[in-house]
Amino acid sequence: MKPAPFRYHRAPDVDGATRLLAELGDDAKVIAGGQSLVAMMNFRLARPRHLVDIAGIRELGRLHRDADGGLRIGALTTHHTVETDPTGVLGTGFAVLRDAMGWIGHLPIRTRGTVGGSIAHADATAEWCLLAVVLGAEFVARGPRGERRIPVADFFLGYYTTALAPDELLIEIVFPRPAPHAALTEFAERRGDFALVAAAVDLDIEEGTVRGGRVALGGVAAAVVRVPEAEAVLAGGGSFDDCASAAAAAVEPPADASGSTHYRKELVRTLVRRACEEAKSR
Amino acid sequence: MKEGKLVGRSVARREDPRLLSGRGRFVDDIALPGMLHAQFVRSTVAHGEIASVDLSAVRHVPGVVAAFTADDLELGDITAQLGRPLSEYVPTAMPVLARDKVRYVGEPVAIVVARDAYAAEDGLEAAKVSYTTLPPVTSEEAALAPGAPLVHDEAARNTLVDVSLFATDGIDEIFASAPCVVHVESRTGRQNALPLETRGVVAHWDDREEQLVVQTCTQVPHQVRTVASRSLRLDERAVRVVVPDMGGGFGQKCVVGREEIAAAAAALRLRRPVKWIEDRKDALSASFLAREQHYQVRAAFGADGRILGLDADVVCDMGAYSCYPFTAGIEPLMASAEMPGVYKVPAYRVRGRAITTNKAPTAPYRGVSRPQYVMVVERLFERAARELGLDPVEIRRRNVITDFPYTGVNHITYDPGSYLESLNLCERLVQDEGWYEKQAAAAAEGRHLGIGYACFSERTGYGSTAFAQRKMQVVPGFDISEVRMDTSGAVTVTTGTMSHGQSHETTMAQIVADELGLDIAKVRLHQGDTDRITYGWGTFASRSITVGGSAVRLAAAKLGDKLRAIAAARWGIDADEVELTDGAARRRDDTSEVLTYEDIADIAYLRAHLLPKDIEPGLAATATFDVFTDGTFSNATHGVVVELHQGTGQVEILRYVCVEDCGVAINPQVVEGQCRGGIAQGIAGALFEQVTYDDMGEPSATSFMDYKVPTAHEIPDVLIHHLETPSAFTETGAKGAGEGGTIGAPAAVLNAVNDALRPTGVELDHTPVTPETVHRALNLEAAS
Amino acid sequence: MTDTTAPAQREVQLITLDVNGEQHEVITEPRRTLVDVLRHELRLTGTHVGCEHGICGACTVLVDDRPVRACLMFAAQAEGARIRTVESLSEGDQLGDLQQAFSTHHGLQCGFCTPGFLMLAEGFLAERPEATKEEIREVVAANLCRCTGYQTIVEAIDGCAQARRRACASRCDSKESDVCS
Repeated sequence: MKPAPFRYHRAPDVDGATRLLAELGDDAKVIAGGQSLVAMMNFRLARPRHLVDIAGIRELGRLHRDADGGLRIGALTTHHTVETDPTGVLGTGFAVLRDAMGWIGHLPIRTRGTVGGSIAHADATAEWCLLAVVLGAEFVARGPRGERRIPVADFFLGYYTTALAPDELLIEIVFPRPAPHAALTEFAERRGDFALVAAAVDLDIEEGTVRGGRVALGGVAAAVVRVPEAEAVLAGGGSFDDCASAAAAAVEPPADASGSTHYRKELVRTLVRRACEEAKSR
Repeated sequence: MKEGKLVGRSVARREDPRLLSGRGRFVDDIALPGMLHAQFVRSTVAHGEIASVDLSAVRHVPGVVAAFTADDLELGDITAQLGRPLSEYVPTAMPVLARDKVRYVGEPVAIVVARDAYAAEDGLEAAKVSYTTLPPVTSEEAALAPGAPLVHDEAARNTLVDVSLFATDGIDEIFASAPCVVHVESRTGRQNALPLETRGVVAHWDDREEQLVVQTCTQVPHQVRTVASRSLRLDERAVRVVVPDMGGGFGQKCVVGREEIAAAAAALRLRRPVKWIEDRKDALSASFLAREQHYQVRAAFGADGRILGLDADVVCDMGAYSCYPFTAGIEPLMASAEMPGVYKVPAYRVRGRAITTNKAPTAPYRGVSRPQYVMVVERLFERAARELGLDPVEIRRRNVITDFPYTGVNHITYDPGSYLESLNLCERLVQDEGWYEKQAAAAAEGRHLGIGYACFSERTGYGSTAFAQRKMQVVPGFDISEVRMDTSGAVTVTTGTMSHGQSHETTMAQIVADELGLDIAKVRLHQGDTDRITYGWGTFASRSITVGGSAVRLAAAKLGDKLRAIAAARWGIDADEVELTDGAARRRDDTSEVLTYEDIADIAYLRAHLLPKDIEPGLAATATFDVFTDGTFSNATHGVVVELHQGTGQVEILRYVCVEDCGVAINPQVVEGQCRGGIAQGIAGALFEQVTYDDMGEPSATSFMDYKVPTAHEIPDVLIHHLETPSAFTETGAKGAGEGGTIGAPAAVLNAVNDALRPTGVELDHTPVTPETVHRALNLEAAS
Repeated sequence: MTDTTAPAQREVQLITLDVNGEQHEVITEPRRTLVDVLRHELRLTGTHVGCEHGICGACTVLVDDRPVRACLMFAAQAEGARIRTVESLSEGDQLGDLQQAFSTHHGLQCGFCTPGFLMLAEGFLAERPEATKEEIREVVAANLCRCTGYQTIVEAIDGCAQARRRACASRCDSKESDVCS
């Protein structure tokens, strides 16, 4: 379990990184925290010939609120920074992000793993992917052709696939507005593992009444998905149970060694209900 | 046993300071000048004939120094023998490197040696091996099916072991007329013993000693030496096996590994040090696995709940090869001989089989068959209790052995234990914490709490007699110890056992310090060096304190006799008039007369002319110990409370109580550590861990993502109570403590899960019990 | 200029590592993981390798005071960071308080996973000295131990945290120090 040979490049800044990526082409891979990539390289399941290390790019480590009340997370912000929120920037509006961090691996993974790395890796059960989908995040990417903003709906394309071009770098994740009534929950056989199923909801609550909301699921398809059927129940004033049932009915998760389709659908039911209840009680 | 000062106390571990400072020396910590690194080209198919092996490209990979096939090294096979007729046991050879045929995915085919582990792995990628694939045999059903492909041509029906034992007269009539007959069919998942340190070896040829020095992490150094010398055709003297610190073993390292022999052969051939460290992927998929068994067992009960008979069929899936020295008989013979356990079973019949399949081979794993058969027997009692309307603890109370010694239907004589006492105490501890009330309250809320128990004993201190009864041709049992004192009065104890986490440097020193009246700081244990002791059987089967500890005590006592004799001669009195305390010999009639051990050693070594004619110079004594009875039985009762979560099927362990009796606990803290760690492994088997194989023989687990070793989040705290029924057979009164935790946990957990499932009518008898299985059981009504 | 050619095998680079306060210059292949460089180049063999895919935690070290998996990091990535390994916990023969707590509570058996747990706890307690036992259990769940059943590891870390808090409180009481918070 030793990686294949590669050449290591340290990017001085974003432009330097994208220039390197453009020069090196398909043989290159960006490394930030490396918490997924290095494991895959140790198994030789990934064997990039060039690694472009972006970890030293200071401008990508910022975590701050913008003037509109949105939250901007530099791609190199670690899960641990979000979890500990040293500057108190999350407030109650983005507490869901802080609380969701506990589901990501374990402390020594969260100290190295980055928000941008997780999103660019695009695992269908990844907490950051769920949060981005349910909270309607936007992604800022920069490449040789300049900077662009990609709405989340256009970003996750399938198994470990995103809309980022090979020479583009994800530099910032923007959560446009606070989500005081949102929650993420998941289930795995063993704490810290990739979820069998993960659910996140963001409720619109006015004067104690649920007026609507967004529901996202991980582990049920090639990428994290929104569940309009379940959201319709919320918008129509239906119960959390009905919302959960609608979500379970709407998805057809593929079976694998860790769970059948039926079981995963049942987990969807349990977890959506649980997430709704948690979100409402915030 | 004489009044001990240290035995029975939780003395701080001698091992700790170096291990806590990062100054231990594990095999991968060893670096020798010019050392090379090996990895193995492994089979990518489960079953096939090797058409060709082409290593020419490997040898051109930068950093690669050499690559060898089986033909290049010409090594003798490893063949484990049992003295049974071919109808009962078919010996099969395990080549060090696969020669003509491969029998599982991951089987070593060639060894690549390179400047570092990275280059070695580069080399593997350049190997070209082609196979003529054969249909793989990946399950018991496939193995035993008529016309099934044969894993070994000599083993018809893929059967390595087939024994039918006991068959009490009239057993069929007993079952025909019994008021209650219950049946349990149980399958247990294939597990990995999973020491955190994978296997590994550093071998080099020492020209000055004319010895192949094999530093390897093994529980059985002398057996590795024997196999290495035979396979490499060296005198056994020319092989020295040295064991560094070991990061666990649990049985996976108590058999001889092919890779350690192959690496040694490469070192011999190249005359350069060769290191092999198994990586985790190989450790999970291509190492020795364990535990996959299938039980079909009936039990007959009287209306009063007394068991009348047990009728069992056991099939153990041993994988591709018989392990050395234990053979594929280890699991079926253990299960067959010991199944009646703690209960007074009047009639018994068993058929035990070992089958071979195209899966990684198996080794004995902590508990060896006992976690499984205890689980099955305990399930039978629970089922009978339900049918007869009896309390599950009460039915056990009516059946456990209470009069000792007790000779069972299996011809084993059980020495005294606390079967009933442990059962009663465990139940009371669970009651006193209010769990029965909590269970009722939870049920009222629609929650699912369950309470389960397991009552069992474990034979420890297997002597040569007991192993010979299995008809092993390499018969473990005795152990040897040497205790020597130097001129500073410090003592070196050498033993043939091999601690790999069990704290022997502490516990053996406690025994010696007490015996000699010596500060424990003056006692140092030496183990794991075949040049330092004639022969030894290593550490497995909870034998080290029972057998090794007894040999250590006997040797220390002999040395004590000599110390007394020298002192007595100086004083012109009888040796009986001398006592040994506080590092000195003293006259009983005048304790102011003192000869310190330094004084005596001074005479014994440096002024031997002062010794009487009948006393030889030097201060060393050797003793052997063996057990000529059926051994000594530890026992315990485990009590578990679980909650099953409706929405996910998750099994949460709310409470775990263990009442154990391992006789005299040399070091109670160490015993508790063994219990807790064993229980964690038992829970792992009950709820989490399993390696499955697909139809092509591809293993499911190649990473810790797939092989779910439980963490601190899943493993509960364990309340432990000690009972003490000293063993009459061992020198210290101790019984073995290494495996009991693992033996009791699956049964207790499974019984608790089934208790919680009682309202559903579903009973689960296979392990691991997965959340999906539980979820399905809990939601049957909703689904139907 | 960037060398865009694919690497020849065994291509090496010079890196500087700050380990336990000492600077080390190492010529190594960029593909070597931090744990392999610590163990085999710097001969700091106290840090162990258990899985090489970030799950078991035997290789846990501190990088800039935070516990990380040294198997999921290339040594080249660690340039410029402060690395601490288990070898830094004791001075000479004197065990540190955390190490002593592990011994007192029998929080180790074979000792192979122990350096990883020690560094995990060292980093965690430095950040959260007020950690509760439940928080400690959650953090301990980051690493695998096959011997102890974890209970005594949790107890050892909790015991150490409590003792540190007591010592801190008494220092504050006696006004010897104003660093306690």
